Amino acid sequence: MHDATTHDDSKGQYFWVWGALLVLTAVEVWLGYKQIFEAVRMLEVLLILSVIKSALIIGYFMHLKFEKPLMRWLLTLSVVTCFIIMYFFFFPDAGRILKLGVN
Amino acid sequence: MADATLQHDTVQHGLSGEYEAPLFGAYSKKVGMWLFLASDSLTFGALLFAFSYNRIYTAWPTPFGKDSIINATIMTACLLSSSLTMVMGVFAAQRGDRAWTRNWLLATMVFGTAFIVLHGMEWSKLIGEGLTIPGFPKPAGHAAGEFVAISKNVPQFPATFFGLTAMHMLHVTIGVIYLGVVAFRKWFLPVLGVLWVAGYLMIPADNVFHYGVHALLVCLIVAAVILFLKPKDYDAHDIEVAGLYWHFVDLVWMFIFPLVYLMSTKIV
Repeated sequence: MHDATTHDDSKGQYFWVWGALLVLTAVEVWLGYKQIFEAVRMLEVLLILSVIKSALIIGYFMHLKFEKPLMRWLLTLSVVTCFIIMYFFFFPDAGRILKLGVN
Repeated sequence: MADATLQHDTVQHGLSGEYEAPLFGAYSKKVGMWLFLASDSLTFGALLFAFSYNRIYTAWPTPFGKDSIINATIMTACLLSSSLTMVMGVFAAQRGDRAWTRNWLLATMVFGTAFIVLHGMEWSKLIGEGLTIPGFPKPAGHAAGEFVAISKNVPQFPATFFGLTAMHMLHVTIGVIYLGVVAFRKWFLPVLGVLWVAGYLMIPADNVFHYGVHALLVCLIVAAVILFLKPKDYDAHDIEVAGLYWHFVDLVWMFIFPLVYLMSTKIV
């Protein structure tokens, strides 16, 4: 278990993270309403914001930032690799269907 | 063989002065939960990919108006706040402050329950307006309008919407019950039983949650088996592991909210 006292002294940072997550959510909702980007760009922006939010949650709330580097890297790399593999399986096929004009 | 057994017992009961430090610098329960969460993230990843896949080659509807977006934003705020109260609960447990541990966990459960109730209301509203999939009970009255047309012309929309959000709602429900068991142990079981009976009797039969509430009965049985077969006083490690699960549920919603709701906003 990581050192509890070290983090207990800096509880304030969790309130900052919580505030940042709420602000990022507000930005997402604002973007959703204003529709200032076209669909694909909008998806990219929202996904970038979601990845930032998830990094804050995993790093601070789930304490992965304070774990040993081996655990940190092994978990991150294995999950990211799986998602990349999934991406290469799913999306080329979706694109192919689009080009064939199948509805 | 005898030496091996002795060695095993010595390590198990901590009688030896020193033994090899764990590879990941964390206790096994925590590593186990991380592995579970890694595998569960792939489940949600597959569902989100399926959602995006359908979206790419279909004329995707954008039916969510102001009310739905406000509701989903409040739900997001509830989950984010619940993560903060969960962190506070973990700190209280690490200090050995049992009263505040319980209070913070209760606050987390309240936020989680608020999320479930708001989501249930959103579902009921959408189903009432005609967004449905085969197998759902037919709502009273004849629905007509945009959502009826969507269900008929783009069945991928309700299928992926209900599939994704139902999976997430189930995870939140299990999370609330998990925290209830960790915080209140056997005293939580009657509460769960009352909630199940009340839900079944009070929710109308044409509402999907009239049947969905039986998930509480399944959780009640599982929790009772765990609590009676292996009764224990949950410590700071258990609270931290429960917290990992809870934050994961929050994390998943950070992808569902923009992809499912914000990318389907109706511009008025």
